[in-house]
Amino acid sequence: MWKWLHPYAKAQTAYRLCNTLLPYFAVVAVASIIIGWVWGLGFAPADYQQKDSYRIIFIHVPSAILSMGAYSSMAIAAFIALVWQLRNAELAVIAIAPVGAAMTLIALITGAAWGKPMWGAWWVWDARLTSELILLFLYLGVISLYNAFEDKGSAGRASCILALVGAINLPIIHFSVEWWNTLHQGATITKFDGGAIDASMFWPLMVNILAFAAFVGTVVLMRLKNEILLREKHRPWVKGLITNQTQLENQNVGDKNAV
Amino acid sequence: MQRQYSYRQLFISVYKKDVLLAFRQRSEIINPLLFFLIVISLFPLGIGPEPQLLARMAPGIIWVAALLSTMLGLDKIFRDDYQDGSLEQLLVSPYPTSLIVIAKVTAHWSITGLPLVLLSPMFGLLLNLDSNAMQAAIITLLIGTPLLSLIGAIGAGLTVGLQKGGILLSLLVLPLYIPVLIFATSAIDTSAMSLDYTGQLAILGAMLAIALVMAPFAVSSALKVSVS
Repeated sequence: MWKWLHPYAKAQTAYRLCNTLLPYFAVVAVASIIIGWVWGLGFAPADYQQKDSYRIIFIHVPSAILSMGAYSSMAIAAFIALVWQLRNAELAVIAIAPVGAAMTLIALITGAAWGKPMWGAWWVWDARLTSELILLFLYLGVISLYNAFEDKGSAGRASCILALVGAINLPIIHFSVEWWNTLHQGATITKFDGGAIDASMFWPLMVNILAFAAFVGTVVLMRLKNEILLREKHRPWVKGLITNQTQLENQNVGDKNAV
Repeated sequence: MQRQYSYRQLFISVYKKDVLLAFRQRSEIINPLLFFLIVISLFPLGIGPEPQLLARMAPGIIWVAALLSTMLGLDKIFRDDYQDGSLEQLLVSPYPTSLIVIAKVTAHWSITGLPLVLLSPMFGLLLNLDSNAMQAAIITLLIGTPLLSLIGAIGAGLTVGLQKGGILLSLLVLPLYIPVLIFATSAIDTSAMSLDYTGQLAILGAMLAIALVMAPFAVSSALKVSVS
């Protein structure tokens, strides 16, 4: 397995891998976002109690799941970067952090919009809301620590350390906050057969979770590509890539001019 | 390289140096305490002087003030040594960095945390805490302030190489302080109702044990990043 993984430590190979994976993620993301939103917002039945306002679940739940999923993948990448000293993993941490922060923000905002009609308040100091807010702070810490360093090499390693420290603290924070106060309902999808949710709402929700996951994957891949190019901008292969592209564009322009 | 000192001697000499430096410049010890006192006296002015209300708010006020005043001294743990180059010398010395880190964090705690613990009965009186709650406040501060120093040292290690690390440091560290705040204030609250609060103390102690084991490693790798 190591032999198979080893080439991806090289920036150029990782860049190519991003390029091959990107279209798959993008197609799945676009297709399932369209299906999921149309299905969830248009065709899924209205809730008997919450009426149509429950439909925000199709955005709120996937973004909340992905906000935590992104943090765990960021922590795994940080661990790999620190233990095996892979620079690409460092770049992945930087690529994931803002996307995860955006997901957390979406979850918080949709949660507030949902809380207003249901609980009668935009914000309550409930356990899950609070730990989501703290998650946002942790993301912002990683991002701002990275931006604070002039030398991007040490910036990457510093934010990896912070991401790992945050990952160790996150369960502690989560349980302490949970213990402190709870108003939010329990998890809706505990079992894969649907649990406390009807199948007609469960499947669009699943499609939306897949859509958000694929969307996060797409954006992270695009950001990772950019980070690799930025970090390696003095290498010949990047220069070659850019000159090839400009040549192609010049050719195209030339063709058009000829026509 | 030959080691001239035993680990104990190393610990003591690093610790002594830091404490001695702080005593030579007493404002470093007194300023956080004054800050703590001022923050605490702001609250009655802000929310009203009713004794009942103050006693209800006191655990939160004391602990938030303790968090903030610990933050004041955090930047100092490594900054001076970093600027005069001695931190680099400590890192390249043949001694384990985590031991040096523990010595420096202990020194930081003795300078900022310990005086806070010793003076906390006075602050409790200002906020009308009863004797049960006062006892709990002292014990939680005794367990909690070393924890604050340990976690804070990670942030200090990460930001020591930066020009303007101060505000960033609080952004990094304060979210990590939240569990300490929750359990400490809940212990004081429980004791004010004269119930048993050993559970919260046990969790605080467990967090201190984990931090004592893991934080020095995080700090030393952070320092290596900052110094390199």
